[in-house]
Amino acid sequence: MNLTRRISGLGDPLLLGVIILMSGLGIAMIYSAGQVEVRSVATGIWVRQLTWLGVAGIAFVVMSRMSIRFLEWLAPWVYGVSLALLLLVLGIGTGPSGSWIELGPGRLQPVEIAKLGTILMLARIMSGNPQDFAGLSQLWKPVAIVATPFALVLLQPDLGSAIIFGAILIAALFWSGVPLVKIFLLVSPAISLLLGFNWIVWGGWFLIVAMCLYFHRPFIVESLGVILANFAGGVLTVPLWNTLADYQKNRLLVFLNPEVDPRGSGWHLIQSKVAIGSGGLFGQGFAAGPQKRLAFLPEQHTDFIFSVVGEELGFLGALVFFALFGLLLLRVLRIALDSADEFGSTIVFCLFAVMFTHVTLNLGMTVGLLPIAGLPLPLISYGGSFLLLTYAGFGMIQRVASER
Amino acid sequence: MVDGGQIASRRQRGKSASLAVLAVLSILSVTFFRLQILSGNHYKLQSEENRFRAISVPAPRGTIYDRRGRIIADNVPGYTISILPGPRDTIVKTLGRLGKDLNLSEVKKDELIVKNRARPHEPLVVLENANFEQVSFVEERRPQFSRVVVEYRPQRRYPAGEAIAHMIGYVGEISDRELENERFSGYKAGRTIGKAGLEAQYEEVLSGDNGVRYVEVNALGLIVRDIDSERGQIAFPGNDLQLGIDLDIQVLADSIFPAGMRGGVVALDPETGEVIVLYSHPTFDPNQFVGGIPTDLWDTLRDDPDKPMLNRVSTASYPPGSTWKLIMASIGMETGNLGIDTYMQHPCRGGLQYGNRFFRCWQGSGHQGLDLSGAIKNSCNVFFYQAGQRIGLDEMMEGVKRLGFGEETGIDLPFEIAGTFPPSREWFDERYGRRGWTESVVWNLAIGQGENQQSLLSMAQFYAALATGEPPIMPHLARLELLDQRFSLWNVGLPTEQRNELIEAMVRVVNEPGGTAFGSRLDRWTLAGKTGTAQNPHGEPHSWFVGFAPAHDPEIVIAAIVEQGHPDGMPSLAPPLAARIVDQYLESIGTTPESNLKEEDLVYTALTGQSPP
Repeated sequence: MNLTRRISGLGDPLLLGVIILMSGLGIAMIYSAGQVEVRSVATGIWVRQLTWLGVAGIAFVVMSRMSIRFLEWLAPWVYGVSLALLLLVLGIGTGPSGSWIELGPGRLQPVEIAKLGTILMLARIMSGNPQDFAGLSQLWKPVAIVATPFALVLLQPDLGSAIIFGAILIAALFWSGVPLVKIFLLVSPAISLLLGFNWIVWGGWFLIVAMCLYFHRPFIVESLGVILANFAGGVLTVPLWNTLADYQKNRLLVFLNPEVDPRGSGWHLIQSKVAIGSGGLFGQGFAAGPQKRLAFLPEQHTDFIFSVVGEELGFLGALVFFALFGLLLLRVLRIALDSADEFGSTIVFCLFAVMFTHVTLNLGMTVGLLPIAGLPLPLISYGGSFLLLTYAGFGMIQRVASER
Repeated sequence: MVDGGQIASRRQRGKSASLAVLAVLSILSVTFFRLQILSGNHYKLQSEENRFRAISVPAPRGTIYDRRGRIIADNVPGYTISILPGPRDTIVKTLGRLGKDLNLSEVKKDELIVKNRARPHEPLVVLENANFEQVSFVEERRPQFSRVVVEYRPQRRYPAGEAIAHMIGYVGEISDRELENERFSGYKAGRTIGKAGLEAQYEEVLSGDNGVRYVEVNALGLIVRDIDSERGQIAFPGNDLQLGIDLDIQVLADSIFPAGMRGGVVALDPETGEVIVLYSHPTFDPNQFVGGIPTDLWDTLRDDPDKPMLNRVSTASYPPGSTWKLIMASIGMETGNLGIDTYMQHPCRGGLQYGNRFFRCWQGSGHQGLDLSGAIKNSCNVFFYQAGQRIGLDEMMEGVKRLGFGEETGIDLPFEIAGTFPPSREWFDERYGRRGWTESVVWNLAIGQGENQQSLLSMAQFYAALATGEPPIMPHLARLELLDQRFSLWNVGLPTEQRNELIEAMVRVVNEPGGTAFGSRLDRWTLAGKTGTAQNPHGEPHSWFVGFAPAHDPEIVIAAIVEQGHPDGMPSLAPPLAARIVDQYLESIGTTPESNLKEEDLVYTALTGQSPP
């Protein structure tokens, strides 16, 4: 086992195989997404994705060549630059939600760099000064590291990325051994923010938090802080809701009831379910899915690419993809577990958490299990910046794997 | 560095994370299993509902031919432009963008929005007969008009347009009210139906059966391809209809009808009951109704004081004036009150005194003494005042009723109205009070005035009966056997001898100097007829002519009226109109010319091949 993992520069060969296989499948699905009978932006973009794949491959190699220590040294710089870019994008951002920076021939989504920067910075902080995390206040550093880009992203507003930053924070704390109750208390104000729509539900939640505080018995000041934060969350819900963009509000509402507006926001979800459902066991055949072909399926090359998989490759095809994702995630998890380096291990686990969140939210969204958060499916969805981040992440993971 | 305890707890956390991954993937697998395997058929069906549409294939309406096979109504390829159902503001926006270049008026746009509100789930037909420019305008801007559909639909066309308007009627989109009507059960909204005239009368014959085709549409609702489906049906075109109408004559009537006047003309074949000409003036262009008539045009037609939409042949009635005198003569003969050489007590001195009222004859100088034949030739009122009195009110009312003048003729057109004539003494009592009227009403009734209103068609029917001596066949436009029905109405019931005497008197009207229609005699054929000048409280008198030709072997019976067409001191307009039509028709069917010669001369010519000495 150790022998196979020590092939220099390649890292874990099984993981590499899965990445290459899934990238190929991704290109194939993007090609299929472009096979429509209506004029569509998706037509022919598989070639562009292939180009991006080349660029991402370079990023993969570069990252896999960087030693963990160098990355640790680099962390504050990457983090700092990415924060600056996030500020910049607020001013000069283009694209649908103003999250792109025009960069010569291509476009850059600074939020993807910020995710990497945040992971590096967080891993450095968490591994650099091991603590027992007895008090919540000891967590102010990791919270602050995540809260800064989180706030900047929310200002855009990019709900999906905000979720990812949340996931990164929880993952880093979890992996560093912070007790779950503490993590719970820490994120409880965010839950309050969600439940604040209904005062009764929020009241119930408040009671649960209070019980936790009673049994867990942290410092009084901290307890007060948690209570105040939860209270603030509940109060701020409605004003914050009003700052959301209409499409984001719609997405959340439609998740609750897709039939609210079957021709509008509910359309995505209904058509996605119809596409997947009509795939049956064997699917309608590669590139031949009528829902996609006739453009009933929206965003078939990005967020809803798995609906194409479901329609064209059927339940069996979906299972193959699930298995590959399972293999990929578990393999990454194993690398995080096996790494003797605290910094490297934390990075890998955070990357695992990011991918896991993407996979869960994206796949859950296509069948209506989860709200439409607009998160792409790693290695499958079309999109250059995210592919670049994914491959850079895999480069780091493979580096950690090979440095074991 | 990582110590042992930390490693142990990390293993624990790793296990938790693995479990989380497996749990999520399991949940997803179960969800996909339920969606794809358990509900697979449901979603397959939904996917098909998504993309398959049943589209109605409009059946072309049957072609309508005239008696010689010339086209009166046919179909030409046409296109409809409609907007697919969707959110109201999208439709309003699309309508706004279409409106500029398709020349939609604001009124029309508002109407369409109202229509869309009533049927939000059906395609909104914006233009029913789009021309080539309009279709290409939309097609060239396809991406902009993704919700706009152009569909082929056969369009009605009437090559003779205004000449045949009242006979043919017009077509239009079925209304909500008509949809509820049992007659249109099975019809769907948006379908074109006959709204008036023959198009409405023979809707069942002409309409055919719409077909259904199944197509695959994309998310924009655009048809991608046809699908072979067992449920598809081809459209069965409507049945063709042949008419007895002579299109040439019909067009002639349109061209020679006195300009600016109102009125109508109808001609029948007395042997078959076929309508040769049915023309009303002023007229309209039924082609303008195809694909929905613009509101302003409709308002103009509806509010026009000349009522161009009114069919003055079968849905209007007029006082028959002196054309009524033949009815009086017929009843008089039948009841034994009159013979062809009967003289009345008082010769015509320009009028006749009844109590304290002086009833005038049209000729102020008077006709002096006339027998019945002369009275018909000269249309002497004084004679017929006395004839009416001799017949008496009761026998007059009974005779008129027996002849069928209170009935419809049964022509195959919608909304025919029957003539009116006082039915009984009680009717007068009710109207004027028991003492409010006197027997003098017969005087007026006898000369076709008073409470006496008849349609052109019923007058033509009576004269047809007079011409042939048989109860006439129901007048009909379509050549359908079931319409060859003979009623006992309009049966003159006179012996041939007496009937011929009346015909001879009518020949004198046209062909003898001094006859009231002498100016309208024909060169080659003997036209028999009777003029009429019906007093009109609203203006100048109406000009009538009813007659037939050739007098002794009638091929055509004609009734014509020109409203206010006989102003004082001016020539009457109806007789020359009728004469022209008769002449043209007889020529067109190749009737042997009589040259106004005596029968012996014709025989001489036939035998010797030379003109008589």
